[in-house]
Amino acid sequence: MNVVHSDFTPKSRDARVDKIIKLAIMAVGGQGGGVLTNWIEEVARNNGYAAQATSVAGVAQRTGATIYYIEMAPDTGRQPVFSLMPAAGDVDILLAAEMMEAGRAIQRGFVTPDRTTLIASSHRALAVSEKMVPGDGIANSEEVKAAAEIAAQRFIVFDMNKMAVDAGSVISASLFGALAGSATLPFTREQFEAAIRAGGRGVDASLRAFAAAFEATQAGAEQPTQAPEPAHKPLAITGPDALIDRWNALTARIDAYPAPVRDMARRGLRVVVDFQDIDYGEDYLGRLDAILAVDRADKEYALTEQAAKYVAKAMAYDDVIRVADLKTRASRFERIHDEMHTPDEARLMLTEFMHPRAEEIVGMFPARIGRRIEADARWMRRIDRLFNKGRRVRTDRLTGFVPLYVLGGLKGWRRRTLRHAYEVEHLERWLATAMDYLKTDYDLAVEVLRTRRLIKGYSDTHARGLSKFDRVIGAIALLAGRDDAAEWAARLREAALKDEEGKMLDGAIETVRSFVPEKAEMA
Amino acid sequence: MAERSFAKEVKKLKMGEGETFTSEGILAITKALLECGVGYVGGYQGAPISHLMDVLADAEEILSELGVRFEANASEAAAAAMLAASVHYPIRGAVTFKGSVGVNVASDALANLASSGVNGGALIIVGEDYGEGSSIMQERSHAFAMKSQFWLLDPRPNLPSIVTAVEQGFDLSEASNTPVMLMVRIRSCHVTGSFTARDNKRPPLTVREALSNPQRDFARVVLPPMSYAQEKDKVENRWPAAKAYIREQGLNEFFGPSDGKVGIVMQGGMYNGVIRALQRLGLADIHGDTEIPLYVLNVTYPLVDEEFLEFCEGKDAVLVVEEGQPEFIEQQLGSILYRAGARTGLSGKDVFPMAGEYTGQVMLDSIEAFFKKSAPELLPAQRRAPNRPDDTDVPDLSKTVPIRPPGFCTGCPERPIFAAMKLVEGDLGKHQIAGDIGCHLFATLPPFEIGGTTMGYGLGPASNAAFDGGGEKRSIAVLGDGGFWHNGLSSSIGNAVFNKSDSVTVIVDNYYSAATGGQDVMSSRADNATKSTKHPIAEAVKGVGVEWVRQIDHTYDVGKMRDTLKEALTTDYDGPKVIVASSECMLNKQRREKPKVAKAIREGRRVEKPRFGVDEDICTGDHACIRLSGCPSLSLKTLDDPLRDDPIAAIDESCVGCGNCGEVADAAVLCPSFYRADVVHNPPAFERAMSKVAGRIIGWLQQRRARARLEFSGAGS
Repeated sequence: MNVVHSDFTPKSRDARVDKIIKLAIMAVGGQGGGVLTNWIEEVARNNGYAAQATSVAGVAQRTGATIYYIEMAPDTGRQPVFSLMPAAGDVDILLAAEMMEAGRAIQRGFVTPDRTTLIASSHRALAVSEKMVPGDGIANSEEVKAAAEIAAQRFIVFDMNKMAVDAGSVISASLFGALAGSATLPFTREQFEAAIRAGGRGVDASLRAFAAAFEATQAGAEQPTQAPEPAHKPLAITGPDALIDRWNALTARIDAYPAPVRDMARRGLRVVVDFQDIDYGEDYLGRLDAILAVDRADKEYALTEQAAKYVAKAMAYDDVIRVADLKTRASRFERIHDEMHTPDEARLMLTEFMHPRAEEIVGMFPARIGRRIEADARWMRRIDRLFNKGRRVRTDRLTGFVPLYVLGGLKGWRRRTLRHAYEVEHLERWLATAMDYLKTDYDLAVEVLRTRRLIKGYSDTHARGLSKFDRVIGAIALLAGRDDAAEWAARLREAALKDEEGKMLDGAIETVRSFVPEKAEMA
Repeated sequence: MAERSFAKEVKKLKMGEGETFTSEGILAITKALLECGVGYVGGYQGAPISHLMDVLADAEEILSELGVRFEANASEAAAAAMLAASVHYPIRGAVTFKGSVGVNVASDALANLASSGVNGGALIIVGEDYGEGSSIMQERSHAFAMKSQFWLLDPRPNLPSIVTAVEQGFDLSEASNTPVMLMVRIRSCHVTGSFTARDNKRPPLTVREALSNPQRDFARVVLPPMSYAQEKDKVENRWPAAKAYIREQGLNEFFGPSDGKVGIVMQGGMYNGVIRALQRLGLADIHGDTEIPLYVLNVTYPLVDEEFLEFCEGKDAVLVVEEGQPEFIEQQLGSILYRAGARTGLSGKDVFPMAGEYTGQVMLDSIEAFFKKSAPELLPAQRRAPNRPDDTDVPDLSKTVPIRPPGFCTGCPERPIFAAMKLVEGDLGKHQIAGDIGCHLFATLPPFEIGGTTMGYGLGPASNAAFDGGGEKRSIAVLGDGGFWHNGLSSSIGNAVFNKSDSVTVIVDNYYSAATGGQDVMSSRADNATKSTKHPIAEAVKGVGVEWVRQIDHTYDVGKMRDTLKEALTTDYDGPKVIVASSECMLNKQRREKPKVAKAIREGRRVEKPRFGVDEDICTGDHACIRLSGCPSLSLKTLDDPLRDDPIAAIDESCVGCGNCGEVADAAVLCPSFYRADVVHNPPAFERAMSKVAGRIIGWLQQRRARARLEFSGAGS
């Protein structure tokens, strides 16, 4: 029996236990957490510390949340007993390679006000559950930041990912720099850098990212630096003088609008003029004028403001001409060239993925002929056979560019098309519905305008959006007359944005039916 | 070639006597095997011991220098069967796989091995995949040791202890003629540390030499009447021998004073967690020296009654720290105490949770609860009557922070397969879909949500058997190439042929055992110096009698994938239908291709580098594309424009241009927002000239249109 009965005299907590530095790294698989862990161990072991690292790899390395853990203490020649996993309330330094992973660390109790320095990158790597929502499912980083301010003893946060990418490196290097800069470990900058050099791969880029983050941390970039987007370039308009004059006349009309409406109306005008032409812009303002005439100052013109937004979106619908026009603009070519970091001597090939269906083709026909063809299933099948297939269009070549360019130039034809007729009918029916409710319930009218948000996407997605829109408008009809009608309308819209098929919406409509007395349902 | 190369690290395996070996747990185990004169090694990859297989593969040269045979076995069963070499021959052998699932697969061979008993030391190194980071059902491998009567080591989780356990394991195995299982938990596999190395040892008898002098001992054959004799031998000879060896050699350890009112018994693997809790309670110092008597079971099966009873002598209560359930050790210890008529109280699962990992908080809370109950005077005053203001008012983030399960990597070739399957379900309705083990199982998670069960490796199609008699719809099963070669060919495909199953099987062939780190399998396309690769799955499937086989060589062709699936689901043919969908694992492909591409660009050769993009103005923010992808590089971007309510799709720089986005947009008729940009590096002069001419004409057309209308640039209103 090997009884180890040494000179043990504790009685109270061993002060040396508190000298153990406990550091956890929470990352997303693929962010280089393993490399970072090796660097930290290296710097500790080479500078008089005993260190132990562990990780939980497994399938988590495939884009899942992952955790690495390191403990270190001054090396006295006798090995301390280190823990293999972080414990809630017992972590000194927490490195979070992404904002929601910082949130997860806080949630798990690894960040506490008595001891934890939280070093987090403010950028987001969105989880699938956030991305797949038809509406806006992105988790709120501000909530995590607010919690971190309370939970952490010290909170160092900035976009370490951007810093790393700008330096041609990955986030592990900038996190390492921030760790060094935070002065929470008893090692010098040179000692940290030596660990990177010893790693031997991508050393220069890593050192650049390290230096940037080190300096940012030392300079006290502890406050979330707002995304350092370059200040907006002012709006510039070019074109024939006659058109510019007319444009100025239209914006002058907007200047006379009530203050709450102006910004949205200006944005809306730009969108519709860009979509079609200056005449179309006049039509747009005409519609706004009509709504403004019945709007109320005590409601801060919310109705017109929402109309300015959604009428513009409804008028600038996504048709073949618009797509072709956008795809063939010089500004787009320049943007892609920049985004792809195309070197000067390189060539850029561009492939577009188009898949027109019979509906899109017939939509281009004159309204009357289009309607007749559409009513004839045989014709539709024939057209479908001719056109319905995936087309790869090479817009860097004349053979691909010219047809799209020609299509994009068909604006003069647009107002005569079947699609345009449909869009105008839908727009007017929708506005009429809103105006109808306006007489009795101002807020409900505003909500009807906002419901237009549900219509987006192309082909099937567009059809599903339209169907959701119709269902919400139908349910609103049931609610009209109630005090909480507007509230419920907003709730229905939010529900419709939660999932693709509209299951949440159906549930919400069921609820509405459950408390609304039977009444003849309006279409 | 595996995902992680240990080529650099394995050089350390040559270290000799007295040198300090610093590494992670798995490499230390490999070194210990060589120091013990092992004669042959094998295993099957799986977290957390995948890297052990990778290390062994990378160390093959060193192994063969020493005359050690290495096999990358076809399955855990095959690995365990290999230990048969130690039954008759005095050769040490070791195999490795994950627990508990690998042990499940191996259990047939293990049971036979345990019945026969061994002559040479037989060591089974099991990576226990339990707790955080685990990818399997939560069970214990412990039960297998109990049912088959082999011994289970669970050493303290530090490198010197693990290395010692390897040696002790072989010795114990030989002393008791019984195979020994050495269990290492997830974190122990990856824990770093140092130990003092010894010289590697050539096996006293190599397998080559043994082959020249065959031996057999009839008494070790598992057939009646010997099988009855073997059972007796187990309990009458091997078990007592093992206990005697454990006690004499001090395999279990004692820490702290020998006397004390209370004590703690623990699995060796729990030691560091227990010490941390004691350190936090002020009952242990930094080195783990403590005033609480500790009994550390580095051998968790069999238990040594006498040793335990001695430990309990004079104690009011002992606490058993045993992770997982059922609490086998605690039950046995209780029975030992009862039979001995001891008065010592037994604590364990009364203060510890029955299920789940013993995290730092669990350890602290449970051990504190034990002391409060059994020896409150040992606790510091402040612990006895805490006045800490409990939870600070940190806002609750549980509704904010999204879950982040693992998913398909950027550019994964499996993504388009499941996108196609989702499209088919859109057309033909929902189907009965069974999953299997492997990366493809991520398809059960959003956004695909395809597949509902996993019954075991290679058992996906077999798990649909009840539905394969035919009906209005057909069942679909997914099987990976790893699972196919592991067990699927016979248990799933052969089974379907024999039973004339009216079923559809999709075999996902990504050229590797990808989920476990990219090890080669039989159908891998790579040249492998020591393994035979390039055996097409489709040929094997045809070989066992499947008549309806479709080979797809480019899974990214979503349209073709969808049409093939539809054909399989609607064809008149009512036998088994197999689609082999082959494209290389992108993680491995990028690792191989990236440096090559960079080199080619540097050398001035023509290289096309594809990447996808999304036109902001065309994307409406409906995210339909994401619901058919989930690719990490296809994310969202919030525009600074009050006219746009929802964030739009955006593709970041990590895109590898696999093509899925464009294919899906086309096949699902989504939207025209996607484009592919191929940057052609070092185009030849003629190509450059032609593209310049086209560029000039395009530029002229663009200018012409821009001049005639209002053009807006910049932002703001």
